Parts: sequence; structure tokens; C-alpha cells
Amino acid sequence: MHNPRTILSHSDLGTLFATLHAEGRHTIGPTVRDGAIVYDRLIGPDDLPTGVVDEQAPGRYRLRHEGTRRFSWSVGPQSFKRWLHPPELRLFRATRTERGFAVEKPEAPPPLALIGARACELAAMAIQDRVFLGDVVDPHYASRRRDLFIVAVQCDRAASTCFCPSMGSGPRVSRGYDLSLTEVVDEAGHRFVVEIGSEAGRALAAKLPLHAATTDADAPERASAEAEAQIARRMPTDGLREKLLGAVASSNWDDVASRCIGCANCTLVCPTCFCTTVDDVTTLDGTHERVRRWDSCFHPDFSYLHGAGPVRSSVGARYRQWLTHKLATWHDQFGTSGCVGCGRCVAWCPAGIDIVAEAERLAEDA
Amino acid sequence: MTEGLEALIRRQPLFDDLSEADLKHLAGCARNVKFDAGEIFVRHGEEADRSFLVRAGRVGLVVHGRDIAETAEEGDLVGWSWLFPPYRWHFDAKALTAVRAIELDGACLRAKCESDPRFGFEIAKRFLYQAHRRLEHTRLRAMDVYKGPLT
Amino acid sequence: MNDPWVPTPMTVREVVRETADTVTLTLDTSASPFAFAPGQFNMVYLFGQGEVPISISGHADRPDELVHTIRGVGPVTRPMLDLVPGDVLGIRGPFGTAWPVEEARGTDVIVVAGGIGLAPLRPMIYHLLANRRDYARIVLIYGARQPDQMLFVDELHHWRGRFDLTVEVTVDQGTEDWFGPVGVVTRSLARARFDADDATVVTCGPEVMMRFVVHEAVRMGVPQDRIWASMERNMKCAIGLCGHCQWGPDFVCKQGPVYRWDHIAHRFAEKEL
Repeated sequence: MHNPRTILSHSDLGTLFATLHAEGRHTIGPTVRDGAIVYDRLIGPDDLPTGVVDEQAPGRYRLRHEGTRRFSWSVGPQSFKRWLHPPELRLFRATRTERGFAVEKPEAPPPLALIGARACELAAMAIQDRVFLGDVVDPHYASRRRDLFIVAVQCDRAASTCFCPSMGSGPRVSRGYDLSLTEVVDEAGHRFVVEIGSEAGRALAAKLPLHAATTDADAPERASAEAEAQIARRMPTDGLREKLLGAVASSNWDDVASRCIGCANCTLVCPTCFCTTVDDVTTLDGTHERVRRWDSCFHPDFSYLHGAGPVRSSVGARYRQWLTHKLATWHDQFGTSGCVGCGRCVAWCPAGIDIVAEAERLAEDA
Repeated sequence: MTEGLEALIRRQPLFDDLSEADLKHLAGCARNVKFDAGEIFVRHGEEADRSFLVRAGRVGLVVHGRDIAETAEEGDLVGWSWLFPPYRWHFDAKALTAVRAIELDGACLRAKCESDPRFGFEIAKRFLYQAHRRLEHTRLRAMDVYKGPLT
Repeated sequence: MNDPWVPTPMTVREVVRETADTVTLTLDTSASPFAFAPGQFNMVYLFGQGEVPISISGHADRPDELVHTIRGVGPVTRPMLDLVPGDVLGIRGPFGTAWPVEEARGTDVIVVAGGIGLAPLRPMIYHLLANRRDYARIVLIYGARQPDQMLFVDELHHWRGRFDLTVEVTVDQGTEDWFGPVGVVTRSLARARFDADDATVVTCGPEVMMRFVVHEAVRMGVPQDRIWASMERNMKCAIGLCGHCQWGPDFVCKQGPVYRWDHIAHRFAEKEL
């Protein structure tokens, strides 16, 4: 596919939104709320962050104002996971009949366009594709995923918590998108270099007021290089799976347990964690709903067995399950690591526990 | 008669590898016994001067109250209190069915074991093995493993 | 698209009270035959209450009925004790791995069950008896806490009456009217007569019990790759998507519940895995 790079002027961002809306899509993208950048349904470009950058460190996330860019932050507490694998989803509704019950399935959601998906988000999506579209297909994920339009964004800045290069997932967006944007702000103005990643992207681009990129053509590569130069954190991926599987009895688990408060934040902010539980809710009119909700292996009840209690009753065992699953047994299950190096679990851990540091110590032990 | 006893003892796995000489030595302290169903042939607190190697039938061991704590069947050895002072039974043994057993005389065995420590060790090993298995089973049972469901 | 999260309603045809807290429910599947392999389980949904994994306890050669034996211990299973014929349950399944009916051909088969663990083994026993000539000795050892907590009592009596099957039933706690053996299943296993080097051992029961059973079987000379055990883990979906039943790299709902022992021995020894 021949993909000449083109330019979308900042003032034409609204046209991008309008074109996506005209296809019947809801546009989901970043917006500032409660001191953080979250992904929500956006009406137009005015909802995007403006001149906001983030500062992140273990146990720390702050926004501050700087410049006029829309996408010069790294990742917030949410990932696009919540739009493909919602935190709460009705599996079915059942109503009583004379002798039994009748089941009614939920309606399919409207098609979505994701705006501002970074390389790590796309990598996480590819991992969740393997989870939910494997030998058993989750129809809820599949229906959301099938009609998705993805407007990616190239990172030009990294947080101190980022480690995507060592996970092979970024910072450059190179596949799995329809259109990608690289933001450029200079004397010549505020604009986006547009790359086309799919036929759907090409079709949409044809409806946008794009013009040829001349001097900006290498902006995506320059942005990625700039972001990558800022990334010092490295996951020790060499033989990590084997090392972690060999560290089952390591005393480091107890050490982590002395710091971990078992809050489950890491699993909730993780863009690949997929575990769910189900709640059964009966309304006053006798209708029954089965609701699927995100769950976490950090909850003691997660492994609960009647008569025996939780299989993993200690925090150390639960942390071991999370980390070993993410970095080791995920390979056995899905042929890939479960980590994309987004660093969310590092920033959003109230105790500042750093998955990279823990993996390093465990790998040394082995 | 004594020769028949040796064959009967030899038939039980616990003693099937005992040397001929030791078997003969052991049989010298043994005799055949039979109990009717319902018969209580060992009573808590009484003098423990015997062991029983069960050959047929089922013996119920009652530690306290009326419930059976454990049963002994063919090949099981019941009673080792004769080995240790104050030589008192700490359970009742009740024949749940008609029972045939080989009774081993405690005083006789003790004397032979004391005078011939090598023989004593052969015998002690076997009693210890029984005690070891019983302890293993008791530990497992103490966990009350069936209290939880399994679906 | 077929939705793996949605149960299919099925009507209760028969209810048999096994013990004070356990029932066997037979569902009518004559309209849509239900195929499964011995050892597999279903997710059973009770309207308004929720869904639980329950192993199938019926005969795999009878696709017109689907049988589950359920112990009422939680908010979903307790109301199931009160179901009557005509009531409706929702079913998803069958799920999971099966007992090694093929691998066991030609060998002595030793079935060791504890408590409600006899339920998932019953389809295996049915298979062994229906294909009796394919197997050498068959020994069933069943342990329960007390005599009144034994499942399938009539059937146990019937099986014990057969000439081609050895049945040993033992209880952990004797009662006055119990004349059978009192002791753990491992004691009964140790006394059982079979060719350890040409035997297949299948076991289901509490984890501790299975650990001791395997220990005893290995001590008797049964190779580890001739022993199968059925694992229990928390399950919410049974399709490998909810993550609850993970055990090392496995989803017990998919790679289990029935495992060959040599595949899990190292994992079984790890605490809180």
C-alpha cells in the first residue's frame, strides 16, 4: 500500500470528528477530568486536552499546563480497554415465565472510533484480541472490536514510568490503526501529520481536508525518537518467563507483600488485565440481570472455594499470581507477554511498587 | 499347632519377610483366638498384656463413648500398650463381626525382645510401622477433609 | 453468533434426595440430546440466584437426560435443594477435560472418591461397567465423613453385589449402626488388591485427600502417569475468559478439571498457587 503522508491542520480536527460521527460512530478519546486524562465520549476537539502534560513516577501522577499541544502527555489511568471490555456489562436479562425463564440478550453497542490511541494501547488491544477472540470468542468484545475505527497518535514524549521499547510495543505506532496522527507545533502552525494504516483509514482520509506533507514527512519518526530517548526504564525480558517460573518460592514475594496493600489498582489500570466476575441482580419487577464486572486477582475472594476458603489467602501469593501471570504464564496461554510497558501499574500503585524493579529482583534471584 | 500358627502369621504382609527363626520365636508367644460379633475383648483401663493380629472380620476401636473411632481388619495389628508402662489399654476393642485373630502375649514378647535386641528391633519395627500408618491416617482424618463441598 | 455466556433453559424431570444437604437433579434433554464425556462439568444457573460449576453425574450413554448431584452450601446451590420436577434450570456446557476411559483400557482401574467427589466419578463408573470387558479389575473405594453423608447408597449396594467389581466404602466417623470400616480412604486403598504396575488410578475429592491417595498409590507402585485427579478451582465463566480458575499457566475450566498426575505433581506441591 502506497501511503503518502499528508497534513491535517489543527483547525480541521473538527472535520475528523464530524466525518466519524457521520458514519454513525461515537468518538472516544482523551479528556481532562478530576486531575487526570481519561478516555470518554467526545463531542468534538474542544473536549481534548489542551496544553496539558503529565508527570509520572512510582505512586505519582500529576498534570500541569505547558504549551498548546493536544497529545503531549503519555498515558492516564484508563486505557481503551474499558470501551472494548467494559468494566460493567449486562450479559443477559432473564424474565420469569410460567414454569421457567426467558433470556434476552443485550443490544449491540454503536460502532466506536478511538481517538488518540498510542502504540502501547494498540499493543494491549492486540493482546486482548488473543484473549477474547481465541478458541472461545467473547461476543461482547468481538462486536465492539469488529467495527472499531482507530485514530492513533504518535508519542513525542514519555513519562518516567514508560518502558514500552523493552516490551517491543512502542513508542512508534506501526500497525493496527486506521489513521495515525503526529502532532507538530512550530512557527508554521499547529498541525498533524497523517499516516494511513488501513483501507478504512484511506476511505476516511479521502473525506478530510488534507494537504501534502513536505518538510513534515519525517515528523512521525522524529517524534518516536524523541520519546524513546526519554525512556530509561527497561524490563529485563531476557529469559524472564523461565526465571519467574523458577522464582515461585522466592522470599521476594513476602517482601513485596509487606509493601503491597492489595488494592487492585494495578489490575484496574492495566490495559490487558481481563479478569471478570459476575453479579446476579434482581429488580423489583422480578427481572433478573447477570452483570459481568471487572475483577482482580488481588481480591481475596477471587480464588475462593466453598469449604476451603481462598486458594491465595496471602497478599504475597496474590502478587505472585498477578506478576507471574502478566510476565510469564501469559506466554503459555496466549503466546505473548501480558505487559506492554505502559507503566500505569507503576504510577497508580499507592505504594509505588514498580513492576520493573520487582521483576529485576526476582530475575536476579533465579 | 505352633507350625500352623507360623503359616498364619507369615500370611500377613506385616510379617511376611520375617526370617524363619524370628517367625518361630514370635509364634512361641502366639495363639489363635476367636471372638463373637458384639464381644468386647479389650477394655479401656484394664491391663494391656496382649496384641492382636487380625486375620478375619472387623474390630472396632472405641476411644471414648459409643462411636467407633477406627476399625481394624485383616492384617492390622491391634494394641501396643503392652510395650509401654503402665501397660494399660486406652481404648475398647469390640468385635463388629465374628473375628479370628492371632493373640500375641505381651509379657512373653517383651522378655524375648529384651533378651534379643536384634529380634526386638525386628518386632519393634513392625509395631512402629503400624503406629506410623495409624498416625498418618489420624492426621488426615483430623483435617476433616469432607467438611467442604466439592462439586 | 452463539453466545457462550447465555444458559439454555432445561426442565427438571426427577429429583432424588441423596443426603440432608445433597440432591441429584435429572434434567430432560430429550428435545435436544446432550453429549458429554465422563468427568466434564456444566455451569448451572438458577433464575435470580446465579450460576455455579457442577460436574455431570449421569450416564454419558443417555443423551436424553442430564444429571447433576448438587450439595447445597451456598446462596445458589442451597435453593436448588428445593427444586421439584417441572422447575427450570439454565445450563451452559459441557466444559473441561474427561476421565481417561481410553487410556485405562486393559488395566486394573482403581476409582478413589471422597465425599461429593463420587459424583464426577459416577459417569466414569457407568462407563467402566457398560464396557466391563475392556478393563481388568475394577475397584471402587469411597470415603465419606459419616454413613449418612454417603451418596448413591442404593447404587453402592447394587455395585457391591456384582461379581465383577470390588467396592469398599469407608467413613471417617463411625456411628452405632455402621458396621463397615472406619478410616480414611488411603487405608482402604493400601488394602486393595490390584496390579500396581498395570493399574489406572482415578481420584476425586478434597485436595488433601487426593494428595494422600496419590502418595499411597505411588507407594504401592502405580506410575505417576497412570494416576488422574480432578481439581477444583473458583470458576465464573468456564470458557477461559474470567481468569478465576487459573492455576499456573492453566485455566482449570479448559485444561482441567481432570489432570494426569505427572503433569501437575510439581504444581500441586506449591502453596497458594
